[in-house]
Amino acid sequence: MSLAKRIIPCLDVDNGRVVKGVKFVDIRDAGDPVEIARRYDREGADEITFLDITATHHNRDTIVHVVEQVASEVFIPLTVGGGIRTLDDIRRMLNAGADKVGINSAAVFNPDFVREAAERFGSQCIVVAIDAKKVSSAGDPSVWEIFTHGGRKATGIDAIAWAQKMVSFGAGEILLTSMDRDGTRIGFDLELTRALSEAVSVPVIASGGVGNLEHLADGVLLGKADAVLAASIFHFGEYTILQAKQAMAARGIEVRL
Amino acid sequence: MSSVAVIDYGMGNLHSIAKALQHADLSVEVRVVSDAASILQADRVVFPGVGAMRDCMQALNGLGLVDVIREAAASKPFLGICLGMQALLSNSAENNSVTCLDIIPGQVLHFSPTLTDETGQVLKIPHMGWNQVHQHPHPLWANIPQDSRFYFVHSYFVQPDDADVTAATTDYPAPFTCALARKNLFAVQFHPEKSQTAGLQLLKNFLQWDGSV
Repeated sequence: MSLAKRIIPCLDVDNGRVVKGVKFVDIRDAGDPVEIARRYDREGADEITFLDITATHHNRDTIVHVVEQVASEVFIPLTVGGGIRTLDDIRRMLNAGADKVGINSAAVFNPDFVREAAERFGSQCIVVAIDAKKVSSAGDPSVWEIFTHGGRKATGIDAIAWAQKMVSFGAGEILLTSMDRDGTRIGFDLELTRALSEAVSVPVIASGGVGNLEHLADGVLLGKADAVLAASIFHFGEYTILQAKQAMAARGIEVRL
Repeated sequence: MSSVAVIDYGMGNLHSIAKALQHADLSVEVRVVSDAASILQADRVVFPGVGAMRDCMQALNGLGLVDVIREAAASKPFLGICLGMQALLSNSAENNSVTCLDIIPGQVLHFSPTLTDETGQVLKIPHMGWNQVHQHPHPLWANIPQDSRFYFVHSYFVQPDDADVTAATTDYPAPFTCALARKNLFAVQFHPEKSQTAGLQLLKNFLQWDGSV
């Protein structure tokens, strides 16, 4: 008996609709987030993450309504990320029914925000999202740097050291996305995932690059991730959550079936 | 119509627990309350909570709820969840030691930072995710398969003085008490409101429970 490794489907939500992902050029409509969340719950998702990619401030209330609706009928942990910048943003999401919030750019611009958030709401609901990209040359020891603005803007901050700092500030979990792999469907950056997971005491969610079910198992077995997150492979019925769990179980990974 | 009071003392968001209770039994009146009279009037009481123990005890003392919780815990079906379970013990190691309600004699301890699993990998803290719950016989486990998984997120765990109050254990990696029961009182470390089918069944069982064992 032991703790199961988690599978977390991620819904990129733009103006109340699930879209295929920020990194894709043609943003394909994948449907109604409430309907999709319901389906993932039925299929056995361990948690659901909503990433709000709505560009305009005006339309940001939409995600609050989505979370409210999902939380009143889906009884598994819900995380909301994207545009979380103030304590008030966090309070709104928690009141809507989210269990955790993902903080990304706001942590980079103001690290103390993570400390204040953890003190106010508890570490259990503070997920720090890290977008990392390899900056070392081939042949040199690997170094990954934090990027903001969807991977376009370098910060000069070392990803591993940053994760450790965020944990010391009260982050209860790290959501790690490889910007080199996001949208590529060639698998997680396993070297990055493993280096980061072994460097911090809190759970790490691997993200970015999943193209098939073996990639999910690799994230756990080789990347030492505590949870794996994927978006597009689930949205269009390519694979179900149940198939993903069965594939992980077949590789000897403990899952909730 | 029977009623259940969810105690709101400012420790965490009670939206989920209230919604889950209502979902588990549509005929029950679910009330989120923070005053003594409402708690004492209700047929059943849920004592939830997330966050730190020092804040929890300060909030309970500040709102004058300590005696009310003692009375409810001694007189009607009572369900403690997460921090609401830990607060029932005598003392917590969190925040350099905090005196708790002492309704169930025992300690609240932190997981050792050097835990490893059978493969030698360091175990993460908080203990977060779906883990198996090994039930001891109790009416609140009705229609829940043995060793079902529930959702946990915590860094501290309870160690009651009297092993007989343990109503279930979970391994991380050693077994710890994840549910305890004494007469009309039941408490769980995991979050039934976030544990899908098994969690909703436990809440349903609680809403139908008369407090006898």
